[in-house]
Amino acid sequence: MQEMINRAKELLSDGTVNRVLGWRRGDMSYNPEPSYFETAEDLDANFVYNGFCGANLSKYMIEGSKLEGKTLVFLKPCDSYSFNQLIAEHRVDRDKAYIIGVGCMGKLSFEKIKEQGVKGITNITIDDANENITVETLYGEKTLAYKDCMLERCHVCKGKEHQIFDETIGESRDTKDADRFAEVEKIEAMSPEEKFAFFQNELSRCIRCNACRNVCPACSCRKCVFDSTKFDSAQKANVDSFEERMFHIIRAFHVAGRCTDCGECSRVCPQGIPLHLFNRKFIKDIDEFYGEFQAGVDPEAKSPLTSFTFNDVEPGVTGGRR
Amino acid sequence: MFKIAKSKLPELLKAIAAQQELFLPVNNNGQVNFAAWFEGCNADIETLKTVKSPKDMFFPQSETLYTVKKEQHKLSVEPQALADQNFVAFGMKACDIQGIKVLDKVFLAEPVDTFYRARREHGTIVALACHEPEESCFCKVFGVDCAEPDADVVMWNANDTLYWKAVTDKGTALTEALSGVLENADAADEKAVETEQENIRAIVEKLPYTNLSLEGWNGNVTEEKFNSPVWEKLYKPCLACGTCTFVCPTCQCYDIKDYDTGHGIQRYRCWDSCMYSDFTMMAHGNNRTSQMQRFRQRFMHKLVYFPANNDGMYSCVGCGRCVEKCPSSLNIVKVIKAFEKEAANHE
Amino acid sequence: MSITANEEFKPKIVAFCCNWCSYAGADLAGSSRLVYPADVKIIRVPCSCRVNPMFILHAFEKGADGVILCGCHPGDCHYSTGNYYARRRMALLFSMLDYIGVEHGRTRVEWVSAAEGVKFSQTMNEFVAKITSLGKNVRLEDLRCRK
Repeated sequence: MQEMINRAKELLSDGTVNRVLGWRRGDMSYNPEPSYFETAEDLDANFVYNGFCGANLSKYMIEGSKLEGKTLVFLKPCDSYSFNQLIAEHRVDRDKAYIIGVGCMGKLSFEKIKEQGVKGITNITIDDANENITVETLYGEKTLAYKDCMLERCHVCKGKEHQIFDETIGESRDTKDADRFAEVEKIEAMSPEEKFAFFQNELSRCIRCNACRNVCPACSCRKCVFDSTKFDSAQKANVDSFEERMFHIIRAFHVAGRCTDCGECSRVCPQGIPLHLFNRKFIKDIDEFYGEFQAGVDPEAKSPLTSFTFNDVEPGVTGGRR
Repeated sequence: MFKIAKSKLPELLKAIAAQQELFLPVNNNGQVNFAAWFEGCNADIETLKTVKSPKDMFFPQSETLYTVKKEQHKLSVEPQALADQNFVAFGMKACDIQGIKVLDKVFLAEPVDTFYRARREHGTIVALACHEPEESCFCKVFGVDCAEPDADVVMWNANDTLYWKAVTDKGTALTEALSGVLENADAADEKAVETEQENIRAIVEKLPYTNLSLEGWNGNVTEEKFNSPVWEKLYKPCLACGTCTFVCPTCQCYDIKDYDTGHGIQRYRCWDSCMYSDFTMMAHGNNRTSQMQRFRQRFMHKLVYFPANNDGMYSCVGCGRCVEKCPSSLNIVKVIKAFEKEAANHE
Repeated sequence: MSITANEEFKPKIVAFCCNWCSYAGADLAGSSRLVYPADVKIIRVPCSCRVNPMFILHAFEKGADGVILCGCHPGDCHYSTGNYYARRRMALLFSMLDYIGVEHGRTRVEWVSAAEGVKFSQTMNEFVAKITSLGKNVRLEDLRCRK
């Protein structure tokens, strides 16, 4: 972390960048927030980078690209996919960003920590090897395995490589220990009744807060179709189950072929809905129907839904395992 | 006072449900929210905070106001019936109840919101003292005592026992109807409750946000706070989602919309969020055009405008849901602290 | 006289037809006096590619029991490539609908040219029969729209 601060201060003082986009220390150990820094003092006092800095800063670079001068942005390996994708969509300006790829040892989930029976957290310390975290609480101390506290997305890590950067700082760790499509396959194997019941139950918790949409780097429309006042389905009413299904299918569809599977939607959902299951289904289908495709690897690549071949599969055949 | 062994909770719930409709915290795939009771439901009174606040029971996220039906060339308007069934809200916490008091100020003041009033009149609140307050709690800042909630019935959860004390007439009536399952408590039990209360209050003193200062936040500082340069920095991480407003026990803004059913119109209202770009949208457009303004509105409303109009009552109750749920880790505590820091810098 | 529930059920079908091929195909079916059920309501669209996934879902929301999209045969699109894009979109959407538990067969894509009046009426007959066998759409309906 100190290396990041030092380098940021250098770049600020030599005028390469006008500001730094990173994470600001929160008032708890687990709540740093995405933030801009403009002075060395501010960086020294408040910059933080640790397991709780899960937020994908690529999304903030959409606004950052409109600011005067260059912004230094710290991107984790998986964030860099999103940044590349945003370049492809002309939503960020590469020339306005100075990208430092930062190492990532897997990011932590506050929810997962609490699930392990932790209450009243006063302090969390992460050991240097990122193997264990020690949680001090009002009701005693607990040591948890880092692995058990990681976000879902880190268990299907896309790897240690940054897709785009000007320089890199720090080591990464490939935390992949699960198959990316295992959950999707499990659902595919269910009967229609089971599938329906599964999603009905998950989506019944949706409160239409739109956090999944707003945090998504691929959801970069200036005005979302769900925000239209001329549209029957309100963006904020959970009137009945149709609305939730419609919203989540369309949300995932609108980012199909552009979603890098950064997992932010599932991270931020206040109701713990596994939203990545929608996105990954599209990713899996795209891989199967049109060949392997990972959004955000090559900003020049054509996305699967803006291209075609003459011999694509027919919809009737694909909409259900024959 | 009465008591019941915690192992008998299912029987207690069943007995209540036999009397009235029952809403309680139910665990659905790891997430606990207030929901209607059903036989075999995964009732969870140990989780301190439900994801959504229980305000739903009195002020649902969406509710129909009236329906217009079209048959041939005739239109008929059917008003929505008001709630007329008694129900029990089981396991609400002290902060949630303070939240309801805030809603009362809004919906029970003239002109009275009849939908809300009907639900308030038919609801019996069975509160649960907070056995183990958590770090994101700061209800004491707003004068809430989580060891002694202000409800129709209060329960304490200690020593594998639920202690039950009826406070109001509604509470007494419910208690009498449950005489078959509740046991009489004795002096030792009274003592146990006192000990539990002492324990709770001792923990509250140790909570990191307990000594948060509200100095400088009142109904008379509109100009000063509104024009502060602090907002411009503070709002930056805000994603403009509605999480904070939708989990909040006091947010009371709603939108009214029409839904075309193909054979008529359903006019309904749904929670709105000041974080959304179409909040208070009018024919000429929107009077808050930037996210900074929308962000500022939320906190100004809770800490300045609301106290200005309601005898100094803040419309934050310190439940800490926004602290836990904000995707960008922004929250009202950070706002209050940022202003505190700013004031200190000026001195 | 007893009427079973199944006989009573008349499915509502929405057919999105592209202006250049399938709509003309439907026209030909009509002028050739070919029979297909009146339960099919045709919505003319400029190209099959005009149909976005929300159209399909909206049709279900408002009470359709089945939705079919008809366009020019691949290679024959009036705009050269529109139906290729539509094909990819619908492939993904239908697969998603299947994934969330909507009965397979409630949605369909068929390529019908302006000369294929017979194919149009056959397709619609088949589709109506299929939807009738599946019964009422309950998994993708908006309860407020129920009469």
